[in-house]
Amino acid sequence: MIAIIDYNAGNIRSLQFALERLGVKSILTSDFDKIIKADKVIFPGQGAAQNAMLKLKQNGLDDLIPQLKQPVLGICLGMQLLCEHTEEDDEKGLGIIKCRVKRFSDKAKVPQMGWNNISKLQTSLFEGVKENEYMYLVHSYYVPLLNETIAISNYGLEYSVAVHKNNFYGVQFHPEKSSSAGQVVLKNFLKL
Amino acid sequence: MLTKRIIPCLDIKGGRAVKGVNFLNLRDAGDPVKLAKQYVAQNADELIFLDISASELKRKTLTNLVLKVAAAIDIPFTVGGGISSVEDAFAVLKNGADKVSINSAAVKNPRLITTLSKKFGSQCVVVAIDAKKLNSKWKVHLVGGKIPTEIDLFEWSKEVADRGAGEILFTSMDHDGTKKGFANKALAKLSSIINIPIIASGGAGKIQDFTDTFICGKSDAALAASVFHFGEISILDLKKQLKNQHINIRM
Repeated sequence: MIAIIDYNAGNIRSLQFALERLGVKSILTSDFDKIIKADKVIFPGQGAAQNAMLKLKQNGLDDLIPQLKQPVLGICLGMQLLCEHTEEDDEKGLGIIKCRVKRFSDKAKVPQMGWNNISKLQTSLFEGVKENEYMYLVHSYYVPLLNETIAISNYGLEYSVAVHKNNFYGVQFHPEKSSSAGQVVLKNFLKL
Repeated sequence: MLTKRIIPCLDIKGGRAVKGVNFLNLRDAGDPVKLAKQYVAQNADELIFLDISASELKRKTLTNLVLKVAAAIDIPFTVGGGISSVEDAFAVLKNGADKVSINSAAVKNPRLITTLSKKFGSQCVVVAIDAKKLNSKWKVHLVGGKIPTEIDLFEWSKEVADRGAGEILFTSMDHDGTKKGFANKALAKLSSIINIPIIASGGAGKIQDFTDTFICGKSDAALAASVFHFGEISILDLKKQLKNQHINIRM
């Protein structure tokens, strides 16, 4: 069973449909027991950091998530919140990955919105995904390049478009919205 | 590098896709879910659904359609048409739309932009602006272009961006349906004064029009309806030719 962490993040429906298209059952839940027992956990996210952290704290999910042992996939804001701090609302994250999330400079249009290519792909999360494949992104903040970086993209500067530490994975792009290439990433995550 | 986006727009009335010229003379253009799937297969980058019907049953019909579209496609899509409150926006977002587009409601109540972007995030708030040149000034029009206002396009766009919109969808009513190209001068000016993505709309007739709006109009995305619905331009051909002209495009 796949647990999608329920904390009122945006557009969960599309993620559920994407999993359904892969023939996988998922539950949207904030129940500790169900999350702990799930084979895989997806930590989605869209919207503002402060609001998201507030909702996580209300349910104690901010304590639970870092302790999870099964593969966890943070998507978009979900990936950013795996980090220690974000410039968005000057908010503290979950601190699993030691880094600070930054805002894109105004040299480029913010948010970055649309399809950008991803490269230097590492780990089995990207098995079968070709270098420079396009993924759908929509974000104003980015994770800088780190030891944990497993894919990069470029929007005015190079940044981490995917990260990996222990059982935690994060992707800045929306696999559920990135057509067949995104589906491959989701499928790979489910195989971990 | 971030690519320029090609966005087919589906005007929806009573659950069917329709297309008119200069906002008038509606013709049936088919089943929206089927059309959406065709566009995804042709590598469209995103889709926009604008519900132009006005009825009591509207919200229910629209949310049903949103759910069906979300189940059928795996690229982002925006839903607009008559969204005038947080509840309206939430109804389409929770059923799988990635963004909502607001138009007249934003002009009547600009705080709606602020509220929606705070609540759901800037990334899902598209403000659509219909404008027309009157005495050499671009004036914003409301209710599907029917009602002129004294509001200046550029001033309004600045306010929209300041209030937290993630994107502007600018339709030139002077160009819409004419197939003579996009309003590139106004579009380029918009890109020079605000720092959020701009979708060009109104006037697509041939492939060169898309090249021009990406280069001369500095548009981030280009929207078209009838040239795609009636098969005059195939998205695959369009993208091939844009690529040949060195425009950064997702194939």
